[in-house]
Amino acid sequence: MATTLFTRKPRELSYDPKRPVWKEKPSAVYQTVKAVVLVAFSVSILTPILLVVSTSLADNEQLVKAGGFVLWPERPTLEAYATIFKGPMVLQSLGVSMLVTVVGTILALFVTITMAYATSRTVLFGRPVVLAVLLTLLFAPGLIPSFLMIRQLGLLDSLWSLILPGIFGAFNFVVMRSFFMNIPGELIESARIDGANDWQILWRIVMPLSKAVIAVVGLFYAVGFWNSFFNALLYINDHSKWPIQLLLRNFVVQGSGAADQLGITTSPPPQSIQMAVVVVALVPILMVYPFLQKHFAKGVITGAVKG
Amino acid sequence: MNSTTERAPAPPEARRVPDPAGVTVRGSGPKKRKRSNVPKQSFRARLRRDKQMLLMMLPGVAFLLLFFYIPILGNVIAFQDYQPYLGIGDSLWVGWQNFVDLFGNPDFIHAFWNTLYLAAWQLVFLFPVPLVLALIVDSLISTRVRRIFQSIAYLPHFLSWVLVIAFFQQMLGGAGFVNNVLRDWGMEPIPFMTNPETFPVLVVVQMIWKDAGWAMIIFLAALASIDASLYEAAAADGAGRWRRMWHITLPGLRPVIVLLLILRIGDILSVGFEQFILQRDAVGAGAAEVLDTFTYYTGVVGGGWSSGAAAGLAKGIVSALLIYGANKLAHRFGEDGIFAQRVR
Repeated sequence: MATTLFTRKPRELSYDPKRPVWKEKPSAVYQTVKAVVLVAFSVSILTPILLVVSTSLADNEQLVKAGGFVLWPERPTLEAYATIFKGPMVLQSLGVSMLVTVVGTILALFVTITMAYATSRTVLFGRPVVLAVLLTLLFAPGLIPSFLMIRQLGLLDSLWSLILPGIFGAFNFVVMRSFFMNIPGELIESARIDGANDWQILWRIVMPLSKAVIAVVGLFYAVGFWNSFFNALLYINDHSKWPIQLLLRNFVVQGSGAADQLGITTSPPPQSIQMAVVVVALVPILMVYPFLQKHFAKGVITGAVKG
Repeated sequence: MNSTTERAPAPPEARRVPDPAGVTVRGSGPKKRKRSNVPKQSFRARLRRDKQMLLMMLPGVAFLLLFFYIPILGNVIAFQDYQPYLGIGDSLWVGWQNFVDLFGNPDFIHAFWNTLYLAAWQLVFLFPVPLVLALIVDSLISTRVRRIFQSIAYLPHFLSWVLVIAFFQQMLGGAGFVNNVLRDWGMEPIPFMTNPETFPVLVVVQMIWKDAGWAMIIFLAALASIDASLYEAAAADGAGRWRRMWHITLPGLRPVIVLLLILRIGDILSVGFEQFILQRDAVGAGAAEVLDTFTYYTGVVGGGWSSGAAAGLAKGIVSALLIYGANKLAHRFGEDGIFAQRVR
């Protein structure tokens, strides 16, 4: 009796506590309903993606036979891609999008990390700055004043207008900061006693410990830059500086003056060409998604819970 | 012998040495009390000590000033007859005239009601979906199925609105997949994408497609944090599946639900800018004009800078009031809401 008092361990559950085995069997009706919902949701997400990718790869003959759309390319060909890359537009806008994404993400990470670290480690002006950041979650300055600001800075028709407004996100800041706050103070203290300054501490100690959260936040920023189209619509007139999303909008969503805008003279079925442009904008996301996915649930939850 | 010398109070010189760590001073409450005999460093000393960290704040602070706080001040043009070549300094002040004009403008009133109408659709039909999905996913026993579904459900969140609309067009548009099939079966094609009457349904479906899976994540986190022994105890007391959901799961989720509702209410006037601007041409301004698109077309496209800014400002103020009110309401119901400042 006395020993059990001291050796008691938490009882391990051999069943799912929400579904105690002694009470009920899984009901066939619920199981079916659940399965139907989940499968229907998944299929509705995957079908359009499959359809678009397949159609972009399908050859002329099959497209004509199928009346425009193909769920599985019988003889996959890259003809549509060859066509869109013949003109300058797609390559140019891909270049713009990549440049904006890479430069933007690096700058964004720099600004977010320094700001998050500084506000997590000093009380001097740290609290008021954090509050000032949190306010940005509740208000927005409004479309027109933001536009006027960009114009005032002389950034219209410059790629900086696509980069600078996106280099700091309050949500990412909160995630980053709450992660930094969980790093034990003793670690930083000891580095400081060894003579490291704050930049060295950040670079040599804090950042290596925060690789996961930096990866998540960086990928969030990258996805944001890659996906943004409205800034370009507002600030960029010059067609040669269009990012891929704006091209996609004009070419696929509005379907206006498509072929000549892309500098395309030959005309294979437009459907597969449109789909090829869609895929070009889609593929980078599909490529980073698996890396992103590993971490983001954790990152988001830290941000949400500790916010 | 040794221990007695250690217990003696430190000489005053030693106490004045700046704390090299600095971190411990800012520690939690009880620690502070223990070290209360250490004199607080002067503001200047701390300024010198934290110099580098203050320098680190600079880029972020510059960003906030340049792209948030100064533009907020830029809203004053809502009270001016703003002329781009004159600038804010020389443009004429007109007081509330822009707002008076705005509320007399049938287009603005239309955009306003349309926004509320669409927001109501979203609140009723969009909000519960992630919750239901999360409850279903949480009840899955196989972690493998769970993980596969989560991977699929999160994906569309990372696609841009342009891509989402492009997908919908290819599936449901006039020349889209579904209508092709309908034609093959000898039926009339259905104008899913261009029908103003069913536009709210389309908008909600698109939002569910894009973000319901992602919104599920926060409910899943909350579900995982509910104490499993509560379920066990309830089951032992004879509570069935629905009872347990009603008395344990939903109360456990209540803070999260309230928080998300508040945020949604504060956002009620921003129903989804990109989504609407992308589809405004297809369904027409009658159905797709919302406050944000009105601001864009009046201000940037039409050159009515001041009316655009006035519309934006009115929207911002109403949103702030809404979020404030919703938060108050949440406090009234004993929830934390968003402004609860728990000291960590």
